[in-house]
Amino acid sequence: MNFVDIFRTAVSNTFRSRLRTTLTVVAIFIGAFTLTITTAIGTGVSDYINKQVASVGASDVLLVSKTSDQTTTGTDTGPAKYDPTAAKAAAGGGLGAGAPGQATTVLTQADLTTIGQTSGVLSVDPIVTVTPDYIQYGDNGKYVLTVSATSAFTKADLAAGAQLSSTDQTLQVMLPLDYLSNLGFSDAASAVGQPVTIGITDYAGTQHEVTATVVGVQNTTLLGGGVGLNQYATTQLHDLQSTGKPANSVAGYSRAVAHIDPNSSKSQISAIKDSLKTQGYTALTVADQIGTFETVINGIIGVLDAFAVIALIAAGFGIINTLLMSVQERTREIGLMKAMGMSGRKVYALFSTEAVFIGFLGSAIGAGVAILVGSVISSVLSKRLLSGLPGLHLLEFSPVSILIIILVVMLIAFLAGTLPARRAARQNPIDALRYE
Amino acid sequence: MTTPVLSAVDIRKSYGHGVNRFDALKGVSLTVQAGESVAIVGKSGSGKSTLMHLLALLDDPDSGVLEVEGTEAKKLKERDLNRLRNQDFGFVFQQFFLTPNSSVLENVILPLKIAGVSPKERRARGMAALEQLELADKAKNKAINLSGGQKQRVVIARALVNNPKVIFADEPTGNLDTATGAIVEDILFSLNKEHGITLIVVTHDVELAARCDRQFFIRDGLEESSHS
Ligand SMILES: Nc1ncnc2c1ncn2[C@@H]1O[C@H](COP(=O)(O)OP(=O)(O)OP(=O)(O)O)[C@@H](O)[C@H]1O
Ligand SMILES: [Mg+2]
Repeated sequence: MNFVDIFRTAVSNTFRSRLRTTLTVVAIFIGAFTLTITTAIGTGVSDYINKQVASVGASDVLLVSKTSDQTTTGTDTGPAKYDPTAAKAAAGGGLGAGAPGQATTVLTQADLTTIGQTSGVLSVDPIVTVTPDYIQYGDNGKYVLTVSATSAFTKADLAAGAQLSSTDQTLQVMLPLDYLSNLGFSDAASAVGQPVTIGITDYAGTQHEVTATVVGVQNTTLLGGGVGLNQYATTQLHDLQSTGKPANSVAGYSRAVAHIDPNSSKSQISAIKDSLKTQGYTALTVADQIGTFETVINGIIGVLDAFAVIALIAAGFGIINTLLMSVQERTREIGLMKAMGMSGRKVYALFSTEAVFIGFLGSAIGAGVAILVGSVISSVLSKRLLSGLPGLHLLEFSPVSILIIILVVMLIAFLAGTLPARRAARQNPIDALRYE
Repeated sequence: MTTPVLSAVDIRKSYGHGVNRFDALKGVSLTVQAGESVAIVGKSGSGKSTLMHLLALLDDPDSGVLEVEGTEAKKLKERDLNRLRNQDFGFVFQQFFLTPNSSVLENVILPLKIAGVSPKERRARGMAALEQLELADKAKNKAINLSGGQKQRVVIARALVNNPKVIFADEPTGNLDTATGAIVEDILFSLNKEHGITLIVVTHDVELAARCDRQFFIRDGLEESSHS
């Protein structure tokens, strides 16, 4: 019997006992369906996160903060002893900063110098917090302005226009999509190049107004929304804001941005991180920070995958059972084929093929239905629940992973078919023919 | 003298163990020459089928020597054994063993399928075998829908489809009425006379046995030299 005949015979045998085959296929279907969905969520989410990491282009910056004793030992030994000489600042925003009002150890000017002198660090900029009052376009009214905490060291996921320039000596802003209609822009493209007015109040209570240009419009990202300001605008606004600041207040910053060579390799980056660590600073790439999201999501997906695999193992026993019954039912037929000179190897191949085919049916239908259902759910979610995160397709089906799922299920089916197939292959033709 | 197609010397076969042990064959010797027709005759339970299965290499004897065209059966490799069963032997079993829901043609060409013959040639040879047995018009019917006599003829068509040297027929007329049985007998003996196919027929029917060149009487697992 050649391969084509074995395959065709196996396929037609599969359909001989329809109900039994259907039930086994349903069991595999459930496992394959779940696995396809969870894999798609994994792909969708990590794709999105990778896109975000890529779009924020963090390869040339490290976020540096002072390693706080309190966060490392606080849970075991209670609060650290008060040290009046250590500089403190009330943390106000910033990525991953402590709750408002919680005092954190801050970076002083001396720290900035130390960081700047670390080998591999090209330059260092403190992250300053500016809190403008409003933003206005033309005479469409004043709106509350939230400054994006991350715009200084990230690249935007652009909807229109260009990135903020860190070298340009003009005031530039990057508007999030959701600001457009309130400010009076009809769409993203029409906002690019338009002047906007920003109002800010200084220490003395005087309100100042500056004019900036919209250089780009960005999609809302995982890192939160808010209006992006370029380095020059930040400095200008900070200067205005600091007008009348008491001279004796400690100049401290919760975090600083260390610029490094954008072509640094992973090992070079970790060398820089290590050398900062030994000096008492914590340095993180933006990818590190976003990576924590991924870890959590991967954990959830791992649990779901485990359920899917359990379902598949159960389905594997279903296959064993189905095929054992099939071998039993066809004992005489096997005996006949062996009496007519069919080798044990081919009988084995026949039943294994049947198992693999059942596995293929279940997994292909499972994956197919998962793609259909998943695509619908994904597009509904993108429009409704997750509309705040444009660019996120919760379920993303990659052909490679679907192929892998189908192949893995077929492998499980093959392994499950081994026992019945061996039993069939070993049958003595006469015993089989005598079987009633 | 030419080498016999099959030769069995002092063959023994028992089933079961201990108290359940049953000696089905207690030392039987038989030689079959090419082109002969031999009848194995005996009462029910005398060991006829057991002997036929051993001669057809479907089962192994406990002791004794079995030779196929001069080669000891025990020394045959699995491949050669399968080739022998597939190409040189044709089987007509007592209980037909047709796949009920497959077509008549599908059933007939099973040995060719196992041999790996191409679908086109399979069809042609299958149809030729069916024509020989005047069943060509039933080729597409399901095997289950045939009458007993038709089924018996399908089984014979299947046995001769790959032009075997030896046909083993276990009670080929056992399930048939006298008239149909006679037709089936005629077919078998014409194959023997016209195509030189060696015929080994197991039967308890004395008339059928008488039509064979030679009769081998068996009783309780032993040859009966003089039949009374
Ligand atoms: N697998 C087996 N296990 C135990 N006993 C068996 C087995 N096969 C055959 N026998 C016994 O061996 C003896 C010979 O059986 P065999 O089938 O050869 O008889 P037979 O001559 O063909 O009879 P019949 O004409 O009824 O077909 C019988 O008594 C039978 O019960
Ligand atoms: Mg019998």
